[in-house]
Amino acid sequence: MDRLLTVTTLLSIALILLVLFSVRRSHIRVEYSVSWLAASLALLLLSRSHGLLTWIANFLGLNDPPLALILLVFGLFLVVFYRFSVIISDLKDANIAMAQRLAILEFQLQSRHEGD
Amino acid sequence: MRRASGTNDFLIVIPAFNEEGAIAGVVRDINRVLPGAPVLVIDDCSEDGTKYTAKAAGADVLGLPYHLGLGGCVQAGYKLAFELGYDFVIRVDGDGQHDAADIPRVLAALRETGCQMVIGSRFCEHNGAHTSFLRALGIHLFRIILRPILGKPVQDPTSGFVGVNRQALEVFTRSFPLEYPEIETLVVLQRKRFQFQEIACQMRPRQAGRSSITPVKSLYYIVHVLLGVFVNILKFDSRRRKT
Repeated sequence: MDRLLTVTTLLSIALILLVLFSVRRSHIRVEYSVSWLAASLALLLLSRSHGLLTWIANFLGLNDPPLALILLVFGLFLVVFYRFSVIISDLKDANIAMAQRLAILEFQLQSRHEGD
Repeated sequence: MRRASGTNDFLIVIPAFNEEGAIAGVVRDINRVLPGAPVLVIDDCSEDGTKYTAKAAGADVLGLPYHLGLGGCVQAGYKLAFELGYDFVIRVDGDGQHDAADIPRVLAALRETGCQMVIGSRFCEHNGAHTSFLRALGIHLFRIILRPILGKPVQDPTSGFVGVNRQALEVFTRSFPLEYPEIETLVVLQRKRFQFQEIACQMRPRQAGRSSITPVKSLYYIVHVLLGVFVNILKFDSRRRKT
């Protein structure tokens, strides 16, 4: 279990650094980094708090704290993916509306130009 | 393209993607049947010369900046038609499967019945329409699903030969299914308590090119549309609870 927790700690630190680095390089916008940072900080906290993890495992009725950790990681990232699905859907809708508007404006401009 | 010049003015829209081989014939057929009628081809960022062929044949062309898919393409045409003040819009496929001679009948039905939508149906009468077994099975499945939702039977829910009036046009400029619009559109109309009618129309083999529908895509189509119908039913119910 200790090895798993150490690997999880290292992974979460790596994820935090990667996200911060990406924000600094403007590869990820600040508002979209929040979900990743929150998820990786939660992961870091869980992997360093043996007591908390055991308590959660007991609460969930699991005998194995690492299983609880995996379940929580899965749940956390599921929430992050859901959030990004919402964002992508909004962006797609906005993008389609903008493409249609652009086509209509171009059409009207050309019609006016041909009319002159 | 001119703005609608008075009441009862209509526009014919043709969504097209890579229809270089068929589009000129479709536009010319419409001009032959309805001389002087405004025809708008919506080019969904074709990779071939659809845009130029349609223009050369006498149509106005609304060129999309990137490939939006059928729903986005049709909606762009509806938005332009609405802004230009048209009262009726007839949508015809760009592959030449619909007979232009049927357009006046769809238009007349729109004007006379007051229905918000008129569907040119392949199956209303035995008019020689033939589809593949898989497709026929899919259409039958959707007939069964749509019957209780719409409160009346629909023979050809996947028809791309559709006429709408300005009321429906206004709704579709705001809300239109973006990938496979035909079936979901009926549910959207039902949510608004709009009426539709089917009239028998001829269906010809496609004039050129190949259909993009493969067995895998057919399966995806069924799942996608079922989900779309289900989501629209959820919207319908929430609206009912509010009222």
